[in-house]
Amino acid sequence: LANNRKIRQGKLRLQKWYVPLSDPQKKKISREVIQMVLARKPKMCSFLEWRDLKIVYKRYASLYFCCAVEDQENELITLEIIHRYVELLDKYFGSVCELDIIFNFEKAYYILDEFILGGEAQETSKKIVLKAIEQADMLQEEAEAPRSVLEEIGLT
Amino acid sequence: MPAVSKGDGMRGLAVFISDIRNCKSKEAEIKRINKELANIRSKFKGDKALDGYSKKKYVCKLLFIFLLGHDIDFGHMEAVNLLSSNKYTEKQIGYLFISVLVNSNSELIRLINNAIKNDLSSRNPTFMCLALHCIANVGSREMAEAFAGEIPRILVAGDTMDSVKQSAALCLLRLYKTSPDLVLMGEWTSRVVHLLNDQHMGVVTAAISLITCLSQKNPDEFKTCVSLAVSRLSRIVSSASTDLQDYTYYFVPAPWLSCKLLRLLQCYPPPEDGAVKGRLVECLETILNKAQEPPKSKKVQHSNAKNAILFEAIALIIHYDSEPNLLVRACNQLGQFLQHRETNLRYLALESMCTLASSEFSHEAVKTHIETVINALKTERDVSVRQRAADLLYAMCDRSNAKQIVAEMLSYLETADYSIREEMVLKVAILAEKYAVDYSWYVDTILNLIRIAGDYVSEEVWYRVIQIVINRDDVQGYAAKTVFEALQAPACHENMVKVGGYILGEFGNLIAGDPRSSPLVQFNLLHSKFHLCSVPTRALLLSAYIKFINLFPETKSTIQEVLRCDSQIRNSDVELQQRAVEYLKLSSIASTDVLATVLEEMPPFPERESSILAKLKKKKGPGAVSAGELEEGKREGGEVNGWEVNQQKSEPSQENASSLTTSPSPTPTAMHLSLTSFFFPSSLSQSTPSPSADLLGLRSAAPVSAAPVSAGSLLVDVFSEAGPAASTAGVNDDGFLRFVCKNNGVLFENQLLQIGIKSEYRQNLGRMYLFYGNKTSVQFVSFSTTLKPVDPLVEGGAQVQQVINIECLSDFSDAPLLNIKFRYGGALQNLSLKLPVTINKFFQPTEMSSHDFFQRWKQLSQPQQEAQKIFKANHPMDTEVLKAKLLGLGTALLDNVDPNPENFVCAGVIQTKAQQIGCLLRLEPNAQAQMYRLTLRSSKDTVAKRLCELLSEQF
Repeated sequence: LANNRKIRQGKLRLQKWYVPLSDPQKKKISREVIQMVLARKPKMCSFLEWRDLKIVYKRYASLYFCCAVEDQENELITLEIIHRYVELLDKYFGSVCELDIIFNFEKAYYILDEFILGGEAQETSKKIVLKAIEQADMLQEEAEAPRSVLEEIGLT
Repeated sequence: MPAVSKGDGMRGLAVFISDIRNCKSKEAEIKRINKELANIRSKFKGDKALDGYSKKKYVCKLLFIFLLGHDIDFGHMEAVNLLSSNKYTEKQIGYLFISVLVNSNSELIRLINNAIKNDLSSRNPTFMCLALHCIANVGSREMAEAFAGEIPRILVAGDTMDSVKQSAALCLLRLYKTSPDLVLMGEWTSRVVHLLNDQHMGVVTAAISLITCLSQKNPDEFKTCVSLAVSRLSRIVSSASTDLQDYTYYFVPAPWLSCKLLRLLQCYPPPEDGAVKGRLVECLETILNKAQEPPKSKKVQHSNAKNAILFEAIALIIHYDSEPNLLVRACNQLGQFLQHRETNLRYLALESMCTLASSEFSHEAVKTHIETVINALKTERDVSVRQRAADLLYAMCDRSNAKQIVAEMLSYLETADYSIREEMVLKVAILAEKYAVDYSWYVDTILNLIRIAGDYVSEEVWYRVIQIVINRDDVQGYAAKTVFEALQAPACHENMVKVGGYILGEFGNLIAGDPRSSPLVQFNLLHSKFHLCSVPTRALLLSAYIKFINLFPETKSTIQEVLRCDSQIRNSDVELQQRAVEYLKLSSIASTDVLATVLEEMPPFPERESSILAKLKKKKGPGAVSAGELEEGKREGGEVNGWEVNQQKSEPSQENASSLTTSPSPTPTAMHLSLTSFFFPSSLSQSTPSPSADLLGLRSAAPVSAAPVSAGSLLVDVFSEAGPAASTAGVNDDGFLRFVCKNNGVLFENQLLQIGIKSEYRQNLGRMYLFYGNKTSVQFVSFSTTLKPVDPLVEGGAQVQQVINIECLSDFSDAPLLNIKFRYGGALQNLSLKLPVTINKFFQPTEMSSHDFFQRWKQLSQPQQEAQKIFKANHPMDTEVLKAKLLGLGTALLDNVDPNPENFVCAGVIQTKAQQIGCLLRLEPNAQAQMYRLTLRSSKDTVAKRLCELLSEQF
């Protein structure tokens, strides 16, 4: 698995890279992939050859989820990796929508890290992944200190 | 703003995100961001110590700004501080920031590593996982150095929590990919392999990725994993769909793990142990059987997961290629998918069948699906699926169905997508040649190809048809007749005119007996196309005309008249003008005998790998990529191999100019004399006569060719390109390195742009022609290069040329860089390439006797004067190819110098403005070991070293 990202109307919402690349390279690749994927029509197959990689993508409402994987990687199972991730987001946020991902991007990252690490599936069980995230949330709530009034209205 | 879902508190962040989303314009957004950045900066710099919570919030805001695409150049220190916080969420944000934004600031890495070290030894599993995730995300070498020893211990320790084991396994995998030298499994190997037996499926899932990667590199050390993998797979495959609880995905038991197990097995040959093998075959059969069972769910996830396993199993069956029964079953299964309503399955079935087609056991079974595949080619709506269908037709083609497949591909070409036409053309050309029973079918096919898709017929294709026609006298008459007929069409493609001109120029006499195609009719037919053609084609036609004068003396006066018109001998194009003048003069001065010698029929071409095949390999190679990196240049291993066919006869356009100045090399081959010589213009004056000059006997007879001297240099180009071309095709070779031993070719190519190079060198001076071809149908705007100003507009399909002069002032190692920028459809393209100017371009060959050679060799005996390298052959060790490359290097290749006739020795002097640098070279091939030893001695140590580096990449 080379990278994994979500895009909408050419706007990248979340990106994760599993190979070391410079920022300009990343931007360039993102641009290219977004262009290609957005140009695809419905009913076309979900796999694209790109450079020496394969792009596997799937559209969920207004969001596209794309993975770039190595040539010999299994396309269908990659497609289901995407689906499982969407299921995880959905379960965690409760009918996930794009705004959830925008406002809670750090959570989306945490979930991804629990599910996929270094480009390979770490834990494919939905229950276990969500349990790990919920435990972390518990730690967070305990740790949360009372906030100032200014913070409460979002002024800092 | 949506309700912030769980346990989250950073309201300031949410407000900021809302603000950004409410910005109406990009400018407003940037303004808001700059305001925020200023705020954060002042907070970080302020005297008041920030509490952990604020630090976390600001770091998170910075992260958000970075993810919007803005550069962040501060806050790293604050993020690192968060790592050592005791509060989980602060630590977590700190790690996230580092994972996303890490830079190679070594000061920072040391601090990060310290924090990671603390967390790893904390024995708090959540902290340990965070630290491991960070290592896996960053994966830098410094981290590998710090932790590669520790992580295996964590991975196999008995008291490690499952979740930590999982992270440790994948963390190690990432480090192994970055720094394999630092990750040594050694004593841990067997315990890591036994993770395949772990009770926790998640641990197995994570560990198997690591084991697969390690097995690929050290199959022997890890081979015990095969039997463990088989038994694990067997347990999964035979389990009921509910046995594995949460690891069952839409009624499919553990699909990810199953795929990974099957992938791991593909690192090994079939198991030798009969019982293990039997069990595995049983698994594979079960998987194939399950494909026939009715689905347990209508959900696409169910079928995807099930079929993912099926395709992986088929990949394993193909990998083993030893079970005819399974291969045929796999083929039948894929055959069913060919007509499935899911586009994805059709795509994958076509792709997978392509590999099945190459197995002797299943080739015939694949062939039975030919009609379906042809139908897919015609009716699929997705071009990527059609592409797979075309690939499969190509793969299943053999002598029995070649005619049908070629015909189908040809008819598909008429409507094919532009994006795949060129590849289709190449494939048709290759199949036509490979399976040609009679060559008249071959000629017909290629001419059809030009007629249907002339624009996509690359030079290689039409060069190849000419090579074949010239080499086979049984088809020459037919070819002449067919091109003559094809040219009758009022609008025929320029490539057709080129082939027509070439073939009639050579073999027009074979059809001249028929009054309907008498010499004059042939000439008028060709000439009727002349004015519609581009300069290179016109140049070719002029050469065909002079050939006509030789073939048919009765056309002489007509042709001379044509050559004499102002539009020819005063043509503003110097090449055309030169040809017209020279041919006119040649035809009037030279005696018939001389003419007959000069214009003799082309000798057969040496047999070599089809240049088209090389081109296809190149196209299919990983290099079919877009603009940007130098690596792309490297991947374009192929060569424009056919080019020289043309140069030899009909397109001396640039070559002519180049031969003016390049120094002649010593080994012309007689077969090319008739061609090369007659292109050399009278204005040539050359100091070093080529051995070929006298052979021609032209010097006295025809003042026109008074100095046919550079025949040699042209020929060397011909050879130096020809040899390596076939062998380096498809290899990951630096585009730049391909030019060490040759001067002309394609430096770079992607989907948008092709850069061709022709260059010539003499003494310490050089001239390089760069041709930038726009391969698209859209214009490039703001086109610029760092070399010199150029027209900023490059129309679709157009080519612009730049000429640069080069002077070698002193010896050098680094090549000059060429940067190209242009806009294509609004997107800025930026390209940086090394110009193929290497020190050896300024070689003057030096002939010397054996005695002189060894005397000088001994004089250069100080250690720094010698550079030596022993390396493996990258290409077949063909003597002729080696010779051609060494000549292409620019040195003199010295015969009878080395006592061992297998060895090559060369000598030359590099001319720089500052000084002359003598160099001696010795190349000792060892055919048995497939190795070379290359030794260079030079009066200047840097030169010997540089040449050694350059050359060791060439063989």
